[in-house]
Amino acid sequence: MLTLLFDGIAYGMLLFVLALGLAVTMGLMNFINLAHGAFAMAGGYILVLLMNRAGWPFLACLPAAFVLTALLGALLERTIYRPMYGRPHLDQVLFSIGLTFMAVAAVDYVMGSSQQNVQLPDWLRQRFEFGSGAWQLGMGAYRVFIVISCVALALMLQAVLSRTRFGSRLRAAVDDPRVAAGLGIPVDRIFLLTFAVGSGLAGLGGALGADILGVEPSFPLKFMVYFLIVCAVGGTSSITGPLVAALALGIADVLGKYYVPKLGGFIVYVLMIAILLWRPQGLFSREARR
Amino acid sequence: MNSRRFHLITGAAAAAALAFGMQHAHAQADTLKIGVILPMTGQQASTGKQIDAAIKLWMAQNGNKAGGKTVEVIVKDDAGIPDTTRRLAQELVVNDKVVALAGFGITPSALATAPIATQSKTPMVVMAAATSAITAASPYVVRTSFTLPQAAVGLAEWATKNKIGKVVTLVADYGPGNDAEKYFAERMTLNGGKVLDKLRTPLRSPDFAPVLQKVRDAAPDALFVFLPSGQGAQFMKQFGERGLDKAGIRLIATGDVTDDDQLNDMGDVALGVVSSHHYSAAHDSPANKKFVAAFEAANKFRPNFMAVGGYDGMRVIYNALNASKGARGEALLNAMKGQLFESPRGPVLIDAQTRDIVQDIYIRKVEKKNGQLWNIEFDSIKQMKDPGKSK
Amino acid sequence: MKAAETLRAPSRWRPWEVALWALIWVMALVFGQHAALINEIAILALFALSLDLILGYAGIVSLGHAAYFGVGAYSAALFAKYVMPDPLVGLAVGTALGALLGLLTTPLIVRGTDLTRLMVTMGVALVLLELANKFSEFTGGADGLQGVVMGPLLGHFDFDLGARVASFYSLSLLFIAFVLMRRIVHSPLGLSMQALRDNRLRLTALGLSVNGRLAAVYTLAAALAGAAGALLAQTTGFASLDVFEFHRSADVMLALIIGGAGWLWGGLIGAIGFKLMHDLLSEVTPQYWTFWIGLFLVLLMLIGRERLFRPWTWFSKART
Repeated sequence: MLTLLFDGIAYGMLLFVLALGLAVTMGLMNFINLAHGAFAMAGGYILVLLMNRAGWPFLACLPAAFVLTALLGALLERTIYRPMYGRPHLDQVLFSIGLTFMAVAAVDYVMGSSQQNVQLPDWLRQRFEFGSGAWQLGMGAYRVFIVISCVALALMLQAVLSRTRFGSRLRAAVDDPRVAAGLGIPVDRIFLLTFAVGSGLAGLGGALGADILGVEPSFPLKFMVYFLIVCAVGGTSSITGPLVAALALGIADVLGKYYVPKLGGFIVYVLMIAILLWRPQGLFSREARR
Repeated sequence: MNSRRFHLITGAAAAAALAFGMQHAHAQADTLKIGVILPMTGQQASTGKQIDAAIKLWMAQNGNKAGGKTVEVIVKDDAGIPDTTRRLAQELVVNDKVVALAGFGITPSALATAPIATQSKTPMVVMAAATSAITAASPYVVRTSFTLPQAAVGLAEWATKNKIGKVVTLVADYGPGNDAEKYFAERMTLNGGKVLDKLRTPLRSPDFAPVLQKVRDAAPDALFVFLPSGQGAQFMKQFGERGLDKAGIRLIATGDVTDDDQLNDMGDVALGVVSSHHYSAAHDSPANKKFVAAFEAANKFRPNFMAVGGYDGMRVIYNALNASKGARGEALLNAMKGQLFESPRGPVLIDAQTRDIVQDIYIRKVEKKNGQLWNIEFDSIKQMKDPGKSK
Repeated sequence: MKAAETLRAPSRWRPWEVALWALIWVMALVFGQHAALINEIAILALFALSLDLILGYAGIVSLGHAAYFGVGAYSAALFAKYVMPDPLVGLAVGTALGALLGLLTTPLIVRGTDLTRLMVTMGVALVLLELANKFSEFTGGADGLQGVVMGPLLGHFDFDLGARVASFYSLSLLFIAFVLMRRIVHSPLGLSMQALRDNRLRLTALGLSVNGRLAAVYTLAAALAGAAGALLAQTTGFASLDVFEFHRSADVMLALIIGGAGWLWGGLIGAIGFKLMHDLLSEVTPQYWTFWIGLFLVLLMLIGRERLFRPWTWFSKART
């Protein structure tokens, strides 16, 4: 039971890192970007390529995944995303679905349809076991690493948001872009940077979670729903909202599949629908938007 | 309304143009067409890739003439979606007038096509799907792959002979999985063993973490697994990562899990896994050595059991065409029944009554040879009929 | 009198509409050997038509419309298998169950933002997918529901292998639905839906009930989607989990957008265009045709749906 809880927490933290970029993009730029999963997939493939083809060690690949995906995000934002701001949501949805299809097919063509295999370094393959019987807590070193990294990331991001000038500008731009621009805040550049960082985080999440979530062309389509659930339930105006939502989602998913395998996967969806019915703005949104 | 007019005109023009463009060139009377429907994209894409390569190898080795006429193979992609398979089969039969349908990567695809085979009296060669009931779905179905009961029963026999008393079964939740679970459990219990729990994972995007935790909690002697090819690697890793092997739980599986195509990528965690299947790329026969060598020369990957199913499927069709002198329908079907030949996997018989495959089932273990992982056969059950039929 | 004339004018059948329908029927007769494809196009067109009702006319973005399609498909298939193989009764059952589900899910879509609606609609489709998967004794699970044999249509016409009867069956249903929708769209309900799409606040200020109208339209759209699903199950004799899949919802939305949402012909033209494009691209690149579809979507969105057919406006700034 404790092991399961731990697994759920690890899964949830991973979802959090993956979905955070999406939440911020949605909250900041009011842009529904369904192609976010493609950035995560990119991160996973970067990890696979660097580790398997170029022989880089696992730890070095993670920052590389972040940086490369962030650069990709910045490039795309500047060129094709920017004209789409302010468009009706339907257009944005279709646009990002189109991008996702392109990404999925392109990756399928270049890398093949099968799951890529990631060989974790030995120090991540250990297992720690405490206790016994029903209260046994078994933690794989890999999952411990994930939890620690994600918590560190969350703390770092929270610090950036609340302690730095960039953070306060970002918060201002999220709250009211027009007034922020009126105050001289370079909203354009903030968008660019935020989108890049958000995509980079997705890439990092994809690389970090490569062994659990898998690396294959249909990754964006499989996990997009989960990211969207985290954003919809957690709201898009803070970091803690998505964090709590992601943890809840991860734990519910894992526990559900263990205790009620017959219903397993769809408990999460029912939960989501129920929460959204109760609070359509998400659990942690500050006010009703649009 | 301007854009609407344009939409309209363009739409109508496009429709007309494309409709005219769709007129296929009429087939020459001397060509025999074979319609192969495979999942070239989607979750089962590796199946499609292997069978496609095997068909090309067969044609390269045996030419394109059979039954006195030229043979043309049309390959279509159904992406593993049964609705699409059905429509493609319909088109192949009605428009292209194929003499035989072949392929069928998963059970639902085969089952969806069966009524079309019956209605149009076209023999249907199942090269991949493995549920027992498929051959009963239509009198025109012939199978060259294998059935899960064959593999499952074979493994259950081996398990009980090797001091494995308590087992937990884990299968994917669809036709072949049900077959595997049912027949393994039956044979196990018949031989005095115990099945502690029967677990299922969804066919699509399975999550092995919670289910493996359950296995750990049940503490059996061994875990019996069936998963469709493509999921084996993921599963193996989770199995090792959760420390199940160190907890003393043996892993026994049908050969789909130690798929030759993916085996090398699984890494050392796969070493020692005992599996049962009808084909291993390491099978020690001259026919197989030639097959594997030719296959690897033409492609960058190793053949697996899907490839051998495709290869033998083509052989069955060619033999039947030759024997019946290019006939169609019932005559062609009858020429397929009762065929006996030496396949890269071993001796094979297409049963005349059930139209299903009778072959040797091997028990193998994963070992490392020359730096690569292979399924090394160490025991076999000769000429096993599909246990699913003898009920 | 003039005002009444102006209001009534859009609801009259234009000559080109009549001509186009005549063309469609003629093509169905002439291209008999592609009857299976025509059948699929007709079903997709009906599905797209139902989506147009909520997307084009009421402004609801739904990524889970396949839920109603799937419910219609499975109910028609189960009905034919266990109760009665008559196609028309089965069709009625499929449509009714689609409508029922639509009615039940209406409370979910009237609240919240676009994103919430997106999630909830997707969620409903996913839940149904999982349910169909779990209750496999009923639905055949991942294997699909086998053994659906349809009785003859109207007591006379057997569903043949060449799908000719099927194609005319679907096409007739499509025609009936089209005429019906035309009436509705130009009725007070339809006009108020367009008003709702354009300015919801104003509609409530006028004293009209938003939720009631949304419920009515959503249920109707769900019913039509259910009918389309029932047609699919009946004409293919088969129902599988695929009917609930995300790509069904995405494909129909794409088809509708290609044709243009907000005028009924969009669904038909889009369905024809999408299917033909799919077929054509699949011949060329059987594996990677989704790439070109994706590219088409991206370009379409970047250029803007309104400006697609006016190339001279492509490079000027978009007027928002």
